[in-house]
Amino acid sequence: MKIYVLVKEVPDTYGDRKLDPETGLTDRATGDVVLDEITERALEVALCYADENPDTDVVALSMSPGSATASVRRALAIGAASAVHIVDEDLRGADLGLTAETLAAAIRRGEPDLVIAGNLSTDGSGGMIPAMLAEHLGYVQATALSAVEIGANSVTGTRSADAGTQEVAAPLPAVISITEALPDARFPNLKNTMAAKKKPLEVLSLADLGVSADPAAAPRTILTAVSEKPPRAAGIKITNDGDAAGQLVEFLMQNKLV
Amino acid sequence: MGYPENPILVVIDVDPAGGVASSTGALIGAASTIGAPVALIVGGNLGATDAAAIAGAQVVLTAPGDPAALTVPITDALQAAYRQVKPDAVLISNSIAGRDVAGRLAVREKLAVSVDAIGVTRDQEGIVAHHSVYGGSFLTNSAPTHGTPVITVRQGAVGARADAATATVEELQVPASGAVAAVAGEITAVEQASSRPELRGASKVVSGGRGLGSKEQFVLVEQLADALGAAIGGSRAAVDAGYIPYAHQVGQTGVSVSPQLYVAVGISGAIQHRAGMQTAKTIVAINKDGEAPIFDIADFGIEGDLFAVVPQIIEALEARKK
Ligand SMILES: Cc1cc2nc3c(=O)[nH]c(=O)nc-3n(C[C@H](O)[C@H](O)[C@H](O)COP(=O)(O)OP(=O)(O)OC[C@H]3O[C@@H](n4cnc5c(N)ncnc54)[C@H](O)[C@@H]3O)c2cc1C
Repeated sequence: MKIYVLVKEVPDTYGDRKLDPETGLTDRATGDVVLDEITERALEVALCYADENPDTDVVALSMSPGSATASVRRALAIGAASAVHIVDEDLRGADLGLTAETLAAAIRRGEPDLVIAGNLSTDGSGGMIPAMLAEHLGYVQATALSAVEIGANSVTGTRSADAGTQEVAAPLPAVISITEALPDARFPNLKNTMAAKKKPLEVLSLADLGVSADPAAAPRTILTAVSEKPPRAAGIKITNDGDAAGQLVEFLMQNKLV
Repeated sequence: MGYPENPILVVIDVDPAGGVASSTGALIGAASTIGAPVALIVGGNLGATDAAAIAGAQVVLTAPGDPAALTVPITDALQAAYRQVKPDAVLISNSIAGRDVAGRLAVREKLAVSVDAIGVTRDQEGIVAHHSVYGGSFLTNSAPTHGTPVITVRQGAVGARADAATATVEELQVPASGAVAAVAGEITAVEQASSRPELRGASKVVSGGRGLGSKEQFVLVEQLADALGAAIGGSRAAVDAGYIPYAHQVGQTGVSVSPQLYVAVGISGAIQHRAGMQTAKTIVAINKDGEAPIFDIADFGIEGDLFAVVPQIIEALEARKK
């Protein structure tokens, strides 16, 4: 079984995240970057299966700037056997359409049985790539899984749908996305981190993939305006001496909130 | 048949019983501000058509759908509707089902897609989607370079509502794409229906965190919410500890809310939690740790033991009602 896991480098949610006021794109210079937690969880799903089924090939796939090599290596250190890193200046500010087209082209080259992604990234919060990939690839799609069982010919799981949960089953090849109800990834120990340096890491460009970022080729979503909101300021703070509840209710009444 | 001018195709989310989801009024309301709402209902019951008309749909297109096949039947119906109506924009709820359908339509018809809009407008150049990014710290606008945009709209974010319309109802002919769908089982509700307001779009929210200590004690949050007529939320720590289902998680990887009043009880105010609530009009925080970051953004903070303070607040609110 060959499994591709989509891993994404994002600004650390613990840090100060900013958009470039000119381009509206993520300002990568401001804070730390990390592998998005949800994509690490996606990797863990693949690795758990690989633990039980040694002939499994887990490949981490990332489309990110050249500076993201350390994040891609982290996926190898956690346990992916190899990685594919798509790097191209023309992908700067890529919208969902171009991103999906590019990732689909890379997946097509590898012909995996299963593609695993996180349900939502913490930067773009798009949550659409898995369905878009399924459409591009002609794979079966099962999104928002909070439990996953991978079989030889199919993948089943519990889907956290909008109105409740439901069991779903998809024959392979399939694209699935998982939710944060699934466990965190294992921690890369020193041995794995050292070993990761020797694991294959293929770097591909748009030309390698035969994808064109030409804006005339297809409609793209562009940012037309960006503005920063002033941060919130702290207001009144009291210590409870027995009368805090009364003061709060008074405050709520003055502000017509009760 | 003919369609109104400047048609905006709106995909209505349908609940397991075939009724329209609560996002309907806002979706059609948003569409009405930029054109004429044409609703698509897949797998709805008779009442769903009426509900869409009451919400302001001028045309309602219907298709039978198949609840046992994930996403594909709705995508096929949407593609048929898109080709027939040739809309100026397609508006879809930014729900799990909505995002899947939006993504697939965008690939099939080569359309530009904008996600998680908190509003839509129209200017000389076309339709613009408005977004709130990084927990409301930034506001951005997005638009397609050309062609019709597919836009998913954040649930609970749009206040506009359309006047009720007398809708023309049309049954769509849907050619099957042949795309293989996952087999989907019946949907089981995670919670029993409640009379409390829905978290998304609620005007008041009371959220509890790890500080509540146990599922039993989380009842305090529910009692305070009921005394205020508020919806219930929780931090990720509260969700992970099983105090409350994930659908109530507020924050970066949960729901984003913008209520008039947000009350955080026993929540430290981690940056990822703030990302989902810091655009609230008024924030109240109750925490025993005076250094908790939630106080940095609270309009009214109480440093104290929640188990002492919250019952007193409930009592004071109840006394006021009498
Ligand atoms: C990628 C990522 C995404 C995340 N997404 C989210 C998200 O969507 N939503 C979210 O909430 N978190 C999210 N988190 C987690 C976040 O970092 C925090 O861990 C979480 O918000 C903490 O929840 P809490 O405030 O309930 O718990 P804690 O941080 O443990 O705080 C509990 C608070 O309760 C107070 N307290 C305890 N007892 C009492 C008492 N008797 N009276 C009064 N106060 C008391 C304590 O002083 C403390 O401040 C995310 C993290 C990551 C890395």
